[in-house]
Amino acid sequence: MSSLTITACTVVSAIGRGLHATFDALRDRRSGLVPCDFGGVTIGYVGRVPGLESRVLPAPLAFFDCRNNRLAQLALETDGFAEAVARARSRYGDDRIGVVVGTSTSGILSSEEAYRRRDAATGALPRDFNAEGSHDMYSLGCFVRAALGLRGPALVVSTACASSGRAFVDADHLLRTGICDAVVVGGADTLCRMTLRGFAALELISPVPCRPCDAERSGLSIGEAAGFMLLERDGAGPRLLGYGVSSDGHHMSAPHPEAAGAIAAMRGALSRAGLRPAAIDYVNLHGTGTRANDAMEDRAMQAVFGAATPCSSTKGWSGHTLGAAGVLEAAVALLCLRHGLVPGCLGVETVDQAFGARIVTANAGGPVRRVMSNSFGFGGSNCSLIFGAAS
Amino acid sequence: MIRVAVLGAGLWGPGLPGWSDSVPVLRGERPYAEVAVPPPPPAMLSPTERRRTGLAVRLALTVAAEASHAAGIAPGGCRSIFATANGDGAVINALLGTLAEAEPQVSPTLFHNSVHNAAAGYWSIGTGSQLSASCLGCHDATFGAALLAAGAEAVVEQAPVLLCVYDAPLPFPLDATHPTRDTFGFALVLAPAADGGRGPHLTLRYAGEPAGSGERMPRLPALRPLAAGNAAARSLRMLEAIARGEADRMHAEMLDGRLEIDVAPCSTAPASAG
Repeated sequence: MSSLTITACTVVSAIGRGLHATFDALRDRRSGLVPCDFGGVTIGYVGRVPGLESRVLPAPLAFFDCRNNRLAQLALETDGFAEAVARARSRYGDDRIGVVVGTSTSGILSSEEAYRRRDAATGALPRDFNAEGSHDMYSLGCFVRAALGLRGPALVVSTACASSGRAFVDADHLLRTGICDAVVVGGADTLCRMTLRGFAALELISPVPCRPCDAERSGLSIGEAAGFMLLERDGAGPRLLGYGVSSDGHHMSAPHPEAAGAIAAMRGALSRAGLRPAAIDYVNLHGTGTRANDAMEDRAMQAVFGAATPCSSTKGWSGHTLGAAGVLEAAVALLCLRHGLVPGCLGVETVDQAFGARIVTANAGGPVRRVMSNSFGFGGSNCSLIFGAAS
Repeated sequence: MIRVAVLGAGLWGPGLPGWSDSVPVLRGERPYAEVAVPPPPPAMLSPTERRRTGLAVRLALTVAAEASHAAGIAPGGCRSIFATANGDGAVINALLGTLAEAEPQVSPTLFHNSVHNAAAGYWSIGTGSQLSASCLGCHDATFGAALLAAGAEAVVEQAPVLLCVYDAPLPFPLDATHPTRDTFGFALVLAPAADGGRGPHLTLRYAGEPAGSGERMPRLPALRPLAAGNAAARSLRMLEAIARGEADRMHAEMLDGRLEIDVAPCSTAPASAG
């Protein structure tokens, strides 16, 4: 099956606005994690994008105002992305370009604020609260579609931390069936009390900046990010070579003990791309920094790749950006392809001695032609994507 | 254009307790009596997990299981796409209430049940399936978006796909944000259309304009308030045509666009070409 082309890409996270800034942070091994002080929560570290509180959406889009859509807007205005979509729009027509984006919590921060302003007597939410433009999952998809002036189908995928990874699969389906000629794919997730306190309740927040694969790793750091790509059947640019999706069928929040779902997703992606494991030059792990996830993923890496293929997690830079992790790390994969970079895990002193995969902890250079990126979410939702360099 | 065959169907709603029991109502052969019956606790889950599921997840698992059995596919034996506008409102409301307190103590179980794909997760856990199980949330466009995604997945992957669309009312005070009538869900097992294949077929086209030639509301006037008041029940016109074994054309609104749906009673040409 022929691969699809990525003709435009933008990303914003705590490590930078845009591809250049993101690459500089990766090359210079500069983390974006800072002590958490968000919404009254002071647990662990976070990867926070500065300035979202004072950003204003363009007036015609004011209906969609919330932290998540502000970050999405920032990404659309970066890396010439909106301009690239405008060119595609004049080429294909506005009704031929779809939007497939992932998010786990959309604009739920706005609901958290509204619940604090409930009517003291009746408990009703404030009248000015607009859930459809913020809290609702579809808010992100409607916002991106409106901001880019598109009239194609809009889908919002919400499979927890696999959301924006999985979005690439549905985007592929819309392109291959001819429903769309181009698809804006990606996603956004932003800081909120729900995830900060929820992961704390699960005792998964690290008291220090997360250090995936370290022997002393102590949990994850939550981050926020938005990223979008323009996916087309033809054109010049890096390629989406394959994908694999699976379920653990095991537990809502604990990974599968034998890593069966992760193995199935990675093998599915290789099979779809028609590649042997040796053809992959680098694997960007889900690598959250929790003891269970990283051990499970190491097991999956060994089963699929043995000890040969370099792999690492870049969450030591950005934090775990939850539903946006798939597209953020897809953008990292494209940077690795473009610049011949293998970024070693950040903040790792000693790799867990029980691990058998080839975990890298220092940056390395060299030809990088194909990168696999993993995203795993609650509900046992798994997604592996393979990207190839522009030919 | 996407063409798929319908291998099996599941249904649960007020006065619609299961697909096979509801076919006479959908065909207009038995009067519709709007009696709400809660969906049963999912037998496929262990007692611990069963206790953790609320109305929304039970609704989804009930219709997903019925459609799978009707299709002759073991539950969990094919890929799936779940879709819901509201998700599990009881869980979200409880979490939001807790988070507004001075010293919030969040329940870990409530938190992992708050993911929009909770029903997809419980489905794969309950059936022991390791196949893809996705989830969409598209407000009032959820039915059209999910049918489009599931149809595209069946055609591209050349494999059957379970589509499960469900919505339950949100509790106070969230209910004001998206008024939802009753508890309604349906599921279809879709497969790539094959020449000479049996059973109803669907032809799907997307058009970037709102006004279409097809109908939107169910034939039966008694079902129209449900179709107008629950995002998942916007499917009722299509479900009627499948139950009646009749050719029909309808559309699902997707923002300022629409999904055109042609139902054909067998694998012959779509109801009306073009």
